[in-house]
Formats: sequence, C-alpha cells, structure tokens
Amino acid sequence: MNISAVTENQLSKRLSGPGLIIQAGPFVTRLHSSILHLVKGIHGLYADYPIIDEDLFVDFHVQVNPPVGLRRRFRPQARFRFDNYKPFTPLPIDQAMPIFEWGLNWCIANYAHQYLIIHSAVVERNGVSIIFPAPPGSGKSTLCAGLVSKGWRLLSDEMALVDRNDQQLVPVPRPVSLKNQSIDIIRNYAPDQYVGSSTEGTTKGTIAHMAVPGSSILRQHEKVKPGLIVFPKYIAGAEPALQSMPKPLAGIRLIENCFNYHVLGEEGFNMIAGLVDTSKCFEFSYSQLDDALQIFNELSEQ
Amino acid sequence: MNQDSGLRGYPLLLHVLVNPNAVSGLGVTQWNDLIRLARVADLLANLYATFEQLDLLKTIPAKPLLHLESAHTLTNKHEHTIGWEVIQINEALGKLECPVVLLKGAGYLLQGLNASKGRVFHDVDAMVPKARIDEAEFELKDNGWLGVKQDPYDQRYYREWMHELPPMSHYSRGVTLDLHHTIMPPTAALKPDAAKLFESVIPVDNHPGLFTLNPVDMVLHSATHLFYDDEIGRGMRDLVDLHHLMTEFSTQPDFWSDLLKRSLELDLDYPLACALKYCQRLLKTDIPENIYREAKQQLRFPGWVMEQLFLQGLKPEHEICDNWKSRSARFALYVRSHYLRMPLYLLIPHLIRKAFHEDVIEPIENPKPLG
Repeated sequence: MNISAVTENQLSKRLSGPGLIIQAGPFVTRLHSSILHLVKGIHGLYADYPIIDEDLFVDFHVQVNPPVGLRRRFRPQARFRFDNYKPFTPLPIDQAMPIFEWGLNWCIANYAHQYLIIHSAVVERNGVSIIFPAPPGSGKSTLCAGLVSKGWRLLSDEMALVDRNDQQLVPVPRPVSLKNQSIDIIRNYAPDQYVGSSTEGTTKGTIAHMAVPGSSILRQHEKVKPGLIVFPKYIAGAEPALQSMPKPLAGIRLIENCFNYHVLGEEGFNMIAGLVDTSKCFEFSYSQLDDALQIFNELSEQ
Repeated sequence: MNQDSGLRGYPLLLHVLVNPNAVSGLGVTQWNDLIRLARVADLLANLYATFEQLDLLKTIPAKPLLHLESAHTLTNKHEHTIGWEVIQINEALGKLECPVVLLKGAGYLLQGLNASKGRVFHDVDAMVPKARIDEAEFELKDNGWLGVKQDPYDQRYYREWMHELPPMSHYSRGVTLDLHHTIMPPTAALKPDAAKLFESVIPVDNHPGLFTLNPVDMVLHSATHLFYDDEIGRGMRDLVDLHHLMTEFSTQPDFWSDLLKRSLELDLDYPLACALKYCQRLLKTDIPENIYREAKQQLRFPGWVMEQLFLQGLKPEHEICDNWKSRSARFALYVRSHYLRMPLYLLIPHLIRKAFHEDVIEPIENPKPLG
C-alpha cells in the first residue's frame, strides 16, 4: 500500500502520532509533524512511496514542528529537529515542506560518511548514469527534472552517493527541488508530472518540488556504475554544446562540490580519481531542455 | 538479551557501555534507542572503538553498523585535524619558550591514551602560565588566529572572570582554541594552584615544547570539568573519559593513593569523589575497595540532593530519557556551575544576559546548509 491510498486526514494522524516512515534509497526516516502544510506536501509528493508499518531500524528520527513559545500564536513557525539537534533557525510555517527536505539533506551530508557525497543530480537510462555536479544557478535541477520526466531514472536531485566499498552510485530518490522560473518551465515541459504547490519567500526564492516517478521509486535499491560526469550550464538562447573536459579539471571541480571529501581524506582523493578515471567528463551548455534530452538520449544509446 | 525482554533507553546505553558483549543480541527497537542516545551523547565512535577492540563488529546488524562506521570515519578525521592543529599551535608559541600544556582530548590524543579512541573533539584546550598568556595571545594572533567572540561583553567576561582567553580559531582551519592559564576561574570557590600543575606536567614524545598534565592531574581536571562545568548535557561522554583514564592508569603503581592525596592538595577532592562514585556506580569502573573506603573517609562526597541532580544530569539529553526531573536537574546544575564560578553579584546579570543570547556549540566539522 502506498501513501496515496490514505487520506490526508489519516496521514495527518500518522504524522502527529506514531510518525510516518519514509524509505528513500538506503535511508529510513521517521517523520513526526503536526503541521498541515507538511501533511499536504508529503501527501502529494510522497504519494508513490510505500507505507511501512513493520518495526525497522530508522536512520533519522526527525520532526518538523512549531518551536515552543509565544510566537506560535501570532507568527507561527516551523523548525527541523533531528533527535536533539536543531541545525537551522525556525522559518515561517508555510515553508515546512522545504524545511523537511533541507533538513534531511543535512542529516545525510553529516551522518552518512559510508558514502562519498557529491552535491549533484544523478540520473540513469539504459544503464548509463550521468552525474551533474552543480554549483547553484547551473540549472542542474531543471535539467534533471526535464530528463526524468522523459524516461530517465532519478537517483537523486541533490547528492551523488558513491559507495566506498564498490565505487557504485547509490540512489536516494526524493522530490526534485525546483526554484523560481524553473517551476513553470517544468510545469509546461512535463505537464503529466506532479509538481507540488509553490512556497514563496524562502531564502532561495520560490520553491516547488516535482514528485519522483513511481518507476524510479521501484528501482530505488538498484545501484549503477559511474558513466558520465557532466558539468551543466544554462545560457539563455545558447545552442547546445557538449565539450569533453580534461579529467584533472573534472576531478578538481568534483572536489569543490563534495560535502565530505575532507572527512574521507586520502580515500576521498582516491575515490574522486577513480570516478573521473572510469567516467567520460564533459562540460555542457544549453538553453532548451529538448536539445539536452536529445543529446543525452543519444549518449545513452551508444 | 532479546528484543522482547530487553532493556530500552538510558539503562540500555549504560548496559552496553558496561557489557559491550551484549550488543550481539540486541533487537531492532533496542538498536534504534542505542544509536540515537549514543549519538547525542557523542559516544557513537567510542562504541565503535570498543566493539572493534573486542572483535564484535561482525555481530552487529548492517544498518546500525553504518552509523557506528560513519561516526568512526568522522572521529578519525578529528584525530588528524587535532594532531595537525596542535603542531601548528606549538610552532606559533615556540618563541615563548614556555611549556604549552594540552588539556583534555588533545592531551589524551597526544599521549596515545585509550580515552582518545573514538572521541569527538569540539575544540583544542591548551594552557600556558598566566605570566605568559598575553604574549601567547599576541603570537597566536600574529600567526593567523582570530578571536571567535568579538562581542565586547564576551571579551570582558573571559578576560576578567575566566581562566581562559576568549576562544580563538585559525582563520583558514577554523578549529577553536581555548587558551587557559589555569583549570578553574579565579572567581571560583575551589582554587587549585596552577603552579603545582605546571610543576608536574609530563612531556609529549617527539613534540618538544608540548606537555600534558600528569595522570592524576589529568583525572582531576577531567572530573572538575565534568562536575563543575556547565556542559553536563555531554556528561556521559566525560564520565566515559574518566572511566578510560582511571582504568588505564590503574596499572601504574600508587596511582590510586596518589590520586586521593593530590585531590586534597589541589582542593579538588569533591570532584574526585563524584568521579569515583558515578564511574563505579554507572560504568562499574574497577576501583579498589580499600581506595574507595579511604576516599569515603577523606573526601567530601555529594549529599542526597546533589546525588539526585548528578544522576539525572548525566543522562544524555534526549526525548527518549528526558522528563521533568532531568530537565530541572540540568537547569539546576547549569545555575550551580555558574554559581560556583562567580559570586552572585556577577552571576545574576550574566545569566540574564545568557538567557537572551543562545550559544550554539558545534563539533569541529561545521555542517553546511544544503538546498
């Protein structure tokens, strides 16, 4: 049974009572919340995730709730909590959904050093994976959402997890975070994909999430070997251009996008070296999702 | 022990700390409790080190093992970071030609003690003689260390009333350094003589200029820190430190009797009494019976009220084991730690100010916000 099979009301009871267990890739999260914005967000965006009732080991016990205090009466807020850690200051309550997603990203980046973690989107088609490492503003999420809406499998919109034992990419499929103009671009480009309601006025502007296609959730335990590493760049009006990139440069730019490279030390360096050695590395500039789709589809069919 | 009949929560954590072998039979709800409590208590990597030493890692289910391994990876990194930072500090202070004494974690690490295995480091604590501390600060600033707390109130608080400079950190590496000139604030009721500590420091091998406290002073400092400081929320980690220190040093001849003698000499008998009492009671530290009896006669032990406060306060701060008793005990101990440090006419304005300024203490790997 999936989350879509319960009503919002039932989901709300679960979230404010025993908690909702969400499994995304290797991570099991138990979420508690009494916030209606989050109930609605989860109901829409996690609709295709299975409901888990058995007692299993939970990686992250998290809460998104209003902080205690007078303020909750006149300007309600939401705060992310992981056990007793409160890594972020409270934000307006309508940002509960992004707060949950950011909070979970924080948990993984800080407590999952069994992986080398690179800030990037990861997708796969025909067994060919692409890592899109991303400095903010590069358009990685838009590109990722675009490809995923046309049949690519989503491994992650936010982080590449490289297994330290076998150097394979581990999926952790969670909703794709779209910002500002990207929201309408994706709504128009992929009208059959579910995009949740927009949250305005966050530190990153307006945010909406695109749900993960059910097929990517079904395959969320299927690792894939590294294939392409592509540094994307959106340039308004540009013709698509895919340029091969020297491997040492790709390695350095990957390191710049790592969350825990410094934690893994020498092993981190060797993993990055292995990644660029076994992958084809490119820079890619584009302005149209269709151009990108065509180019990457061709690459995945070679 | 199995899932149905087994312990939960805080008693489970204590049970595993005392009997590491018990992990091989834990059920899934117990693992949930253990990993959560050990994480907030900064003890995950410590447990990993213990399990590794006893060859128990292979008996641990894959999922919880990942959390232990992840924490172990991070403390490995901490060890490298602290080891390097200490060398940099020693170089920066080389000109002074005075002993640089590493306190707490950095000291345990550089002396290769068991207590440093799997220990989470939040900062480096070092001590130089009071007469040289201004020069030391100058040299550090000259070499790239900057004050972390620029607020004039904080600056005055440390300089006038504390036994350490306001925290500093190197501009490019970011590890916090607390530079002390003694181990208790000058305004505190207990007044251990810093000169006596400096007289008996021991050198660190292969690092000329670096020293640590000697074994008995190390234990006394650790105990003082735990039972007099305001961070009782991490008390269990400090109690585990004390357990490891005493267990390791107990093989040295006369360690226990020296420890009692020294505690009276330094006016630190009360914290030692607490350390002996709660290490034995909670972690089953092997303290010789005659020593414990002697301690009972010679040292001041906590009375019933303090006993309740310490037992509650030592519990990890977590919803699994929190209740009104532990919350009020932590608050009472927090107020007490300040009361012991400064007279009331200084303390009350200070606490009022603290109430409106939330300080956040982060481990040395600062988390990056993501989005």
